[in-house]
Parts: sequence; C-alpha cells; structure tokens
Amino acid sequence: MNNYEIYLAIAVMSVVNYLTRVFPFIFFRKHEPPKFVVYIETYFPPVIMTILILYTLKDIDFSNAPYGLKEILGVVFTAFLHLWLKNYLVSIFSGTIFYMILVQYFV
Amino acid sequence: MKYERELKKAFSTSIPVMMGYTVLGFAFGLLLVSFNYDWYIAPLMSLFIYAGALQFVAIGFFNAKVGLVDIAIASWFINIRQSFYGLSLLKRFKKTGSFKNYLIFGLTDETYALLTTIKDDKQLSKKHYYVFLTALNQSYWFIGSTLGALVGTGLSFNTEGLEFSLTALFVVLCIEQYKNLQNIMPFLIGLIASICALILVPSDKMLISSIGISLILLFLFKKKIENELR
Repeated sequence: MNNYEIYLAIAVMSVVNYLTRVFPFIFFRKHEPPKFVVYIETYFPPVIMTILILYTLKDIDFSNAPYGLKEILGVVFTAFLHLWLKNYLVSIFSGTIFYMILVQYFV
Repeated sequence: MKYERELKKAFSTSIPVMMGYTVLGFAFGLLLVSFNYDWYIAPLMSLFIYAGALQFVAIGFFNAKVGLVDIAIASWFINIRQSFYGLSLLKRFKKTGSFKNYLIFGLTDETYALLTTIKDDKQLSKKHYYVFLTALNQSYWFIGSTLGALVGTGLSFNTEGLEFSLTALFVVLCIEQYKNLQNIMPFLIGLIASICALILVPSDKMLISSIGISLILLFLFKKKIENELR
C-alpha cells in the first residue's frame, strides 16, 4: 500500500477498534446480552487465535521441500518455551530469534 | 500538582504493563519498518488504533493491499473479545464524565485487567486515577513502537524471519486461551476453518473466509461445544 491507502486503512481500523470497545456501553446498558452473543464471546476468541496462527503462515509452501518444517519447528519451540517458563515476552522473543536463525543460516 | 496522588498510584499500578508494552511495541515498530514503511506510521497507529494484535496483523493488510471492507470485518473479529470488557465496567465508568470516551478507547486487555483487579481507594479521585492509568499504558505502547520504528530505520541488519514474531505472539495467546477455557473444540474449529480456507480461496481472502467458515461451524456444533468437559 502507499501512504495514502495506509492512512485510510488506519482510519478504518481506528473506528472499528473504538466501536468494538464501546459496543457494550451502547447496547447492554439496560439489558443483558442475548445468549448467542455470550456464546460467541466465550468461544470465538480461541477460534480467531488459531486462525491467526495459520493466517501468518498462509504464504508458506507446505507441499514442497522443506514442507514448512522451519515454521513448524518455530511454533513448537515457542509453545514449549511458553508452557515451560510462562513468560510471554521470553517466548515471543526467543521463538522469533530461533526462527530467524533457522531461515538465515540453514538453507 | 492537583492530582499527584492519583498519578503516583496509577504509575505504580502500571509498572508491570510498562515492560510488556515497551518491548512488544518496540518489536512492532521494528517489524513495520522492516517492510520499508515510513517510521511515523508506527506512532500514528499507536495513537489512533492502539490495539496490539490488530496493529501487528495490520502490517499484513498493508503488504497484501487488503480492501477496506475486509479490513473492517477482520478488525472487528480480531478484537471481538474486547467487545465485552465494558460489561463489567459499566458501573465504574458511569461517573467519569468527559473522560469516558478516552477510557473506553483505551480498554486494551492489560488496561482492562488492571482496572478490574485493583481495589478502590476511597480517598482517590477515581476518574483521574483511571485516566492516568489508561494514558500511561498507552504512552508505553506509543514510546515503544516509535523507538522500534526509529531504531529499525537506522539499522540495517538482516530482518529475514522477523515476521515470525507475529506467529509467536498468537501461539502464546492461543496457549493462554486454552488455559482459561480448557476446551479443545474451538481450537479444532479454527484449525479446520483455516485449512479449508487455505485450500479453497486465494490467500488474500483467507482470513475473512476462515472467520466465515468458523462461525458456521461454531453454530452447527453449538451443543457439542457447550457439553464438552470443562
């Protein structure tokens, strides 16, 4: 995108982001949210997080060598660190550096 | 200063967030300029959007030249968890007057967590305390991302693979979600929906299609999901 398109995109995201946060203050001030809204609220966040992991890997070619092996290793390494040390900054940074070493020094 | 006590209390409460926001913001700024965007895009985004995950994903939107309608829909769903934070703050925010809009704008995951877990101190002016806390948190994010963008523009090191920080961020968030929910079904739905979308549609429509497919699956398997052992 050029800068002009980026400004438009930032404007759209700013408005939508504010709307998501102001939503309950507008709609649920007087009555409880309907059941299906509560259902989406409970179960959609894990769905979108899973989708976003695959979304960030959408341009990786899994059908030819090395079959996305570096990405899979990176994800496993990050998950392992996070389950072990439970520190999200450590997990994100070490995972990224691990992956950068893989793509920069191993062909 | 008139509200010095409120500012001091807000500052000490915000210290845990300071570390996280500066470092993660720095990574965001670094990643943004690694794709050759101007450095001042980072502070602009941190000022007006102010949402961690969304700002990271936005870099992908810029790269892929995603359309504005798709951006709007995807942003809504990425931030949907935040659509319900307000529910538990309706009362607290009632008497905040002209600050209310800013407080709502600044409701990130971390600010929400601080606002709902702190004990109220009768002696403090609450609305000023809330505003200081929200503004301090945003300033950490703003400073971190601006520094990252500036440093990234000045440095020329090999950034290949830096984009993985985004994947790593979502892996971590996913694990945290699982700890809260203890239910594997939504993760399977996300996985199946993404794989279908990866196979069936061009990659620039992947996010929006996955969201659509997963919503259908969520409602088709509503009973099974809710009955899953928690």
